[in-house]
Amino acid sequence: MIELFKQPNIDWMGKAKYFFALSGLLLAIGWAAIFLKGGIKYGIDFRGGTNVDIRFAQPPDIDKLRASLRAQGLGTSEIQGISDIANPNSNEVLIFVEQSGQTDQALDEGKAKVLTALNATYGLNASSKPDFNAATPTSLAGFLSQRDPLSLSINAGDKYQQLAKNLLAFRDKDKNGLITNMDELAGASGSTPAVISALKENYTLGPFAIRNVEIVGPKVGGELRNQAIRVTLYALAGMLLYIAFRFYGGQIGGSAGWASRGMVGFALRVIDRIIFGLAAVLAVFHDVLITLGLFKIFGFEISLTVIAALLTLVGYSMNDTIVIFDRIRENNRLLRKEPFAAVVNKSINQTLSRTILTSGLTFLTVLVLFLMGGQVLRAFAFALVVGIVVGTYSSFGIAAPLVVAWNRWRGQTAAGTGTAAGNKTRGSEGGQPRLATAGRR
Amino acid sequence: MTPNLKWKIIFIFAVVILCVYFVLGLPTFPTSPAQIRDNFTQQIKLGLDLQGGTHMILQVQVQEAVAQETEQTVERLTTAMRSKNIHYEEARRADDTHVIVRNVATDQVSQFRDLIHDQYEGAWELGSAPGDPTAYLLTMRPSYLARIQETTMTQSLETIERRINALGLTEPTIQLHGRKDNEILVQLPGEGDPARAKQVIQAGGQLELRLVEDPATYPSEAAALSAHGGVLPPNTELVRGRSESRNSQNPQDNGEAWYILSRSTAVTGRDLRSATESRNTEMPGQWQINFQLTSEAGRRFGQFTEQNLHRQMAIVLEKHVYSAPVIQSRIEDQGRIDGNFSQESAHDLALVLRAGALPASIKYLEERTVGPSLGADSIRHGVQASIFSLLVVMIFMVFYYRLSGVNAVLALILNLIILLAALAMFGAVLTLPGIAGVILTIGMGVDSNVLVFERVREELRNGKSSSAAVEAGFDKAFLTIIDTHVTTVVSAFFLFIFGTGPIRGFAVTLTIGLIANVFTAIYVSKAIFQYHLAKMDRQAELSI
Repeated sequence: MIELFKQPNIDWMGKAKYFFALSGLLLAIGWAAIFLKGGIKYGIDFRGGTNVDIRFAQPPDIDKLRASLRAQGLGTSEIQGISDIANPNSNEVLIFVEQSGQTDQALDEGKAKVLTALNATYGLNASSKPDFNAATPTSLAGFLSQRDPLSLSINAGDKYQQLAKNLLAFRDKDKNGLITNMDELAGASGSTPAVISALKENYTLGPFAIRNVEIVGPKVGGELRNQAIRVTLYALAGMLLYIAFRFYGGQIGGSAGWASRGMVGFALRVIDRIIFGLAAVLAVFHDVLITLGLFKIFGFEISLTVIAALLTLVGYSMNDTIVIFDRIRENNRLLRKEPFAAVVNKSINQTLSRTILTSGLTFLTVLVLFLMGGQVLRAFAFALVVGIVVGTYSSFGIAAPLVVAWNRWRGQTAAGTGTAAGNKTRGSEGGQPRLATAGRR
Repeated sequence: MTPNLKWKIIFIFAVVILCVYFVLGLPTFPTSPAQIRDNFTQQIKLGLDLQGGTHMILQVQVQEAVAQETEQTVERLTTAMRSKNIHYEEARRADDTHVIVRNVATDQVSQFRDLIHDQYEGAWELGSAPGDPTAYLLTMRPSYLARIQETTMTQSLETIERRINALGLTEPTIQLHGRKDNEILVQLPGEGDPARAKQVIQAGGQLELRLVEDPATYPSEAAALSAHGGVLPPNTELVRGRSESRNSQNPQDNGEAWYILSRSTAVTGRDLRSATESRNTEMPGQWQINFQLTSEAGRRFGQFTEQNLHRQMAIVLEKHVYSAPVIQSRIEDQGRIDGNFSQESAHDLALVLRAGALPASIKYLEERTVGPSLGADSIRHGVQASIFSLLVVMIFMVFYYRLSGVNAVLALILNLIILLAALAMFGAVLTLPGIAGVILTIGMGVDSNVLVFERVREELRNGKSSSAAVEAGFDKAFLTIIDTHVTTVVSAFFLFIFGTGPIRGFAVTLTIGLIANVFTAIYVSKAIFQYHLAKMDRQAELSI
């Protein structure tokens, strides 16, 4: 059999300080970028405002666009060319208009102004003919039924509805939404020269087509943001409960003095019992923070789908961490004589092969999504790509070292002696403390 | 092969066939690739982000309905007090949910209290007004308030539904939205330009026919008031006319015309039996709306018109006067609204009148329109990415685990088939993030196989026989597989609860995919191993 990793024997815990340093560096860079460059870049879901995505037949003149937008009073709007990795010459532009205040203006005022500006730039306001590139199935079917270019009269039935659908499907799927010459429609099923000349007479061909419009009111944006933060915190809390329950540890006791008395002592003993859960949640939290920082550095926007990706990677990172913790628990029972750090090292080494494989495979699939999934999902896929890498790393780089460090601080140097089954036995003073584990394997 | 194994295999094949049926559909068994795609697209519902369309979130201003109810209560109360001869100084609406009655004559207080107790006890609570010892404060009870809000929402929902259905669009979705109680979600698949739909939805639709008290019209409110010495005649109000009905040749004309109308209405929109549009015979090129009244309203209207012959009657739509024709004769059952209507606007207005008036006005909170070309693009990208990621995974598994890799690939393909079938069966909507969920299922699903195979390799290294190793591998890996799925499914669960549309699609596909994965990676994969082992030579090496 082909094996990538034959019995690795790496001292992971020895390298813990490098891991912490690396994480610290990534966090610092990411969050410095966030603080210095104007905060987290929220998408329209959280900011409110209007996004208009337009595709042009010819490469658009951005300066002219900007000027006509300014003429409409939209001087502060942002125009951004969209260049997809897969489709670099798509002549596509994204125009963002801020939500003007909290007054009761019409929600689509921004969109209306953008359209007026576009029409002014391209001289469409003068024409009285409707734009075929903006036609909808119902309006086109209505026109065709009235005009009857196929001379069907009463036998039309829903043939014109079907024809309208075919013509528009051809425009959208085969011609990317924009037709520059009516004769191109000859390729659509059901079109005849009579149909095409009827269309030529009555429709003009606008030089742009609107691909996507998003308008989010001001109040909605703020609410969604609060909701997103709440959901993430709930999810983390839920995870904490789940893992704390699964890896509920016994008392690592025995420290004397201030650390075992009163409220402080109580708090420390509680943490003893749930240290695995805490370490896992801290690691996941670290993952989310690093991902957010990288988002800022690479200029991606945080939208609702990105939040969905973040929550997914929370779940995924937990996975990885659970695998290692599972193995630590199993080995703890088997290798009672060895120091805890060595047990952890062994556990990581044993699971290394499968961790790299599973994470690697999942990583490959989301990488494909990032590269080939299209513009709409790019930020989402980026969150997953980063999240899987960082999530895998945090399991052995952050979570495990945290548990080891805590044990060491609590005077723990040897793995368990005595019965492992119960979780209520107390360790003696400075004696043979052990990490008892409970629950099923 | 043990009989147990035989039943397992039959069961698995049955599942496969069932799923294929759901995905591809019967009874028209597909006979060509084009028909397969047709059936497939029919069986699986596509989200708006894949088929294009408009998604809107509306907010019903329920507080308007509440305020209206309070206002009407004031009117009813004052009428009742007058009929019982109870003297008071003032009764007015204090705010949306409060009514103030000031200075009720002291000897009639008990009559007043009895009146309130008899007729208003259920909905209003009587108390004293803070800061004003002579006044009473009526507060709307919370249960009554809640009831008004609920009926307003239900009525708005029904009215909007009727209007949108009358537009004849494909499969619109209209439903209550979110956890706040005053939001409505409207989804119009395939509708690239929601302007017309929005107009129809937002139209107030309140129709009223009222007497015109003053035959003159005025260019502004102030002019109207000054013509009457600063005070309007009793029981009248100022209503604005539609600016289109003005003659724009007069340079002084700023398009406004104010009428003085009676407050009471002879006919309202509720009295309509039907409304249709037709060509305006007097003004060619324009359209008009004809409406028919119910028989009961017709009788009332007949009396009204008879009593008011040769006076003007204003046709008021949504608080604007559309026209004010003179009543020539007794009219029993029908009327006409004309104005500068095109066929489309007349059609839409007739539609709105038929569907009924909205109890409160509508505000838009959110509007997203995905153009069909973007939808088609998204589908293409999504499908391409899915196929490619599947290929990548397949190639790696076969390369790394050889024949067992083929086992994993078969399990994975079955996983996807079950996922698609479940989507079709539950009528779940497939969105673009949903397709991403499928890709994530591919990546995470194959993890389960890796878990098992690595364990099997370990057992083989420890010296176990092929079948024992397989048995032990699946055994030991089982709980870990469940574990790794649980946390992701819990995340997806949160996403489903708090998410909307596309995100829910993602949560659904991911959850279904992972649950199906437990079945395929454990049950099916093991069955394939057992089958292979049964056919294999006892001593031969397991290809893993």
